[in-house]
Amino acid sequence: MSVIDTIAPPEAPSQKVASFKPRLLQSEEHGLCPGCGEPVAIRTVLEVIEELQLAERNIAILGHGCYGSFVMLLDVDSTLCLHGRAPATATGVKRMRPECAVWTLQGDGDMVNEGLAEILHATARAENITCIMLNNGVFGDTGGQMTAASVLGQRTKNSIDGRDAAYHGYPIPVANLVASLQGSAYVARGSVHSAAAVAQTRKFVRKAFQRQLEGKGLSLVEILTMCPTGWFVPAANGADYMMESLGKTYPLGELKDVGEV
Amino acid sequence: MAMKLLEGSEAIAESALVAGLRFYAAYPMSPSTELLEHLARKLPQRPGGVCINVESEIEGVNMALGAAATGFRAATGSCGQGLALMQEAIAEAALNETPLVVFNMARNQQDYFQATRGGGWGDYRTITLAPKDVPEAVEHAQLAFHLADKYRAPVIFMGDNLIARTQVSVDLKPLDLEPLPPKDWQLDGTSGGSGRSRQIWTWGAGKHNTPGPGPSAHWARIAAKFDDVAKLEQRHEEEFTEDAEIVVVAFGSGGKFVEHVVRDLRTEGRRVGFFRPITLWPFPGEALERATARARRVLVFELNAGQMIDDVRLNVVDRRRVVPIGGVSFDESGLNLGPLMHANAIRERIEAHFEKAAA
Repeated sequence: MSVIDTIAPPEAPSQKVASFKPRLLQSEEHGLCPGCGEPVAIRTVLEVIEELQLAERNIAILGHGCYGSFVMLLDVDSTLCLHGRAPATATGVKRMRPECAVWTLQGDGDMVNEGLAEILHATARAENITCIMLNNGVFGDTGGQMTAASVLGQRTKNSIDGRDAAYHGYPIPVANLVASLQGSAYVARGSVHSAAAVAQTRKFVRKAFQRQLEGKGLSLVEILTMCPTGWFVPAANGADYMMESLGKTYPLGELKDVGEV
Repeated sequence: MAMKLLEGSEAIAESALVAGLRFYAAYPMSPSTELLEHLARKLPQRPGGVCINVESEIEGVNMALGAAATGFRAATGSCGQGLALMQEAIAEAALNETPLVVFNMARNQQDYFQATRGGGWGDYRTITLAPKDVPEAVEHAQLAFHLADKYRAPVIFMGDNLIARTQVSVDLKPLDLEPLPPKDWQLDGTSGGSGRSRQIWTWGAGKHNTPGPGPSAHWARIAAKFDDVAKLEQRHEEEFTEDAEIVVVAFGSGGKFVEHVVRDLRTEGRRVGFFRPITLWPFPGEALERATARARRVLVFELNAGQMIDDVRLNVVDRRRVVPIGGVSFDESGLNLGPLMHANAIRERIEAHFEKAAA
């Protein structure tokens, strides 16, 4: 049994967990709030791209939201497009660069509010693209307002007493809509509230990219992400609150997989 | 190359293909519909060619923006209200420097403001080409892509109903245009993980390892670029302006009607000239100032309630001399030219000013 010298300073700095930084991220210094789920979600996507050896043949199409602060950090070819239009812009990119894995990153405000038509029509056309939707149920970038995906009872800056169906209408489960259309190849909903959930989400993202590489049609992974600053809950309670609110309206799991055949 | 008898829309589509068009996405709307129909048939026959029938003009222009970001020549098309829907993306193309071509086959000339001024955000302009007839439209279809690539900017081709639906013999030879810089900005997906991956963004901020100029410097450079375009790319045509008492200004198909009427009046000894902006933006202001310096009256014929007249007034020294003789008109003939697009109607409106000009 080796004896660890606990008195002398270590030769290299000790590390409790693996470094946050995947290779395709240029820096760890992102500008998102403590307790935000988006950095973890973006990390899973970048790790999958690396694993599938797509670093040198992928193009990212990014919408507008908090994750926009990542655009200067992603070490992949990318363009920022207009709010809601990522699936349309990605269509133009993919049709010209079919050899590339083309993926979009949008929030729920971006995809479900302004861009509902684009995601549904891109699905209907069976575009070979992979769409990632980060769903935190609010417009986080503008300070926590209600989106079309906010769940009933959810308090936001402009539904301060909670989303009321009679007044605000019902949330739109966009992943279910996409799964119901013929052009989708793979649809899943993951989360980043726990290590196990992150591992599961990673599998979903990997399958989504694989279906694109197989030319099966559009793949979508919705990832529930914490936004404690937009939710009126302490950062430490973000993950629990998310699964109690969003998690009930948007159950996790695979919604559709056309399979490898 | 041999001359070919083609309908205007088909001639424009063929010329765009000669220019190397690879991607077109549009929603049908008369009279841009035929352009979509021709390209839907012909583009997919080309290697790598794609034509998509979209669910809205918004989707079409954003698709074209994505396709153009990969470096291939891409375009969309519409007119009127459809062009209005595209304004946000046209502004985006100007600010993120994507060479996007928009074929605006306008119904009349009420698209002037939205073609030249746009409705998007940012200190941008859109280069706007307004051909007078099908042969010029064939040239402009190629020039539009060239200018878009040269300046990495959106270019609007402003045709109209008459151009779209007239059959003319045209020569589809490629134009001999100056060489263009390499597209070192194009997204091809190959630079991931290199630390120097590419980014197209309206803020010009760049990436962590390869920072761009940042928003202020980026936008200032784009504004300066449009200042250069304004100086370098003004195009116009004029006739009989040296001794003209009256100069008539008109553009597009209307310009061709005016040219015809003015030539007739000249054969009768009337001292009248005409001036036609070919680029609506940059507006050929200095040339107009010179052409109208000695005229007693400057008449503006356009098929709208008065839009280009603002640009004319800016460039005629004595603005009181500038008089509108066009107007809004719509007819039921099916050609949608309106009763004002008639040589006699234009002639009457010009003649009414001879006495006033002499007074």
